[in-house]
Amino acid sequence: MSERIDIAVIGGGPAGLSAAVNAVARGKSVRLFSAGENPLEKAENVDNYLGFYKISGAEMMQKFRLHAESLGITPEKGRVVNIMPMGDRFLINFGGNIVEASAVILAIGVAKAKEIPGEGVLLGRGVSYCATCDGMLYRNKNALVWGLAPDAVEETNFLSSIGVKVMLVAKGERPEELNSQIPFISGAVSEVVGEDFVTAARVGDDIHRTDGIFILRSAIAPAALVPGLETEKGYIKVSRDMETGIAGLYAAGDCTGTPLQISKAIGEGLIAAQNAAKFIDKSKS
Amino acid sequence: MSASIVHPNVSEFDALLKGDKPVLVDFWAEWCMPCRMLGPVIEQLGEKYAGRVAVAKVNVDEQPDLAARYRIQSIPTVLIFNKGELVDTQVGLRQADVYAKVLDSIIDK
Repeated sequence: MSERIDIAVIGGGPAGLSAAVNAVARGKSVRLFSAGENPLEKAENVDNYLGFYKISGAEMMQKFRLHAESLGITPEKGRVVNIMPMGDRFLINFGGNIVEASAVILAIGVAKAKEIPGEGVLLGRGVSYCATCDGMLYRNKNALVWGLAPDAVEETNFLSSIGVKVMLVAKGERPEELNSQIPFISGAVSEVVGEDFVTAARVGDDIHRTDGIFILRSAIAPAALVPGLETEKGYIKVSRDMETGIAGLYAAGDCTGTPLQISKAIGEGLIAAQNAAKFIDKSKS
Repeated sequence: MSASIVHPNVSEFDALLKGDKPVLVDFWAEWCMPCRMLGPVIEQLGEKYAGRVAVAKVNVDEQPDLAARYRIQSIPTVLIFNKGELVDTQVGLRQADVYAKVLDSIIDK
């Protein structure tokens, strides 16, 4: 386990970068974990952020990032799979490494993913969100990967390599990197079928028998990310201090609710960072 | 490794179930990162309930028969037994108080 840091920021969008910049400004040690591309990158034109107008989203993100980098904050690319509140600290599973932090700021954006029928009730009974966590339990069994994230191909190859009889479902054409012996179906899973345990998955009009289904989305629902985290209509519940119901855990930006705008995200990032810093100072004294 | 946690094989586990204490068992594996995050929580519980609850860890690779018996398909999975009967199943990570509440409700009866 690496050395404990003060604040872990999850998410490299405007809210996350704002939180990181303000946490460093308060003398805290910070690591910023980012899953990848931010939706702002794709905005052709941004006109609703005071002082910056007629600017592309990509250019704006670049400025935000440069600001963070000037303070020594380099976003670390990878997936945060779980965050475990331990009472006096947090354990963060960052791509298979455990990082320890005194406070955490979630700036994870909005998960566009909608749960499909059967998914929630069969979670842990054949439905899994983590190939590297549960893959070994499906050795010599059938499993289906529904790939909605860029790393799904890699995860499917991993499952195959440990002896899972796996097939990949994803939109578009068969990915080149997919090992040649793994079956590929172009499409989307619309339903997980099973009574007590998963027995099949529906893809279009076809039913595929399977013992397990790995649903790999870019965004993980907040409640699946942190055990005990309270949400409302998919958004994380926060106080005016951007504190969640869990002490030391803050949230900022789109993940806390509408309006889904840059200025709100940046303001919330600031508030979350200030209060996280206060929280740490208080618990140290 | 905490002294308050037992690592039973099949017959030892069956003996625990027949014992007079409630049993909390954490199914885990070396390669499972979330399981390793739950580890300290289970240890806390082992210490907190020492002498009142049998807190056990079962490595699914070493005890596949126990994992199969309870149809463990995702780890970590924590099962809680009272008088030999399964009373609670928690799949995935939970905060310590989730398990503590279940254990307290059994012990208080």
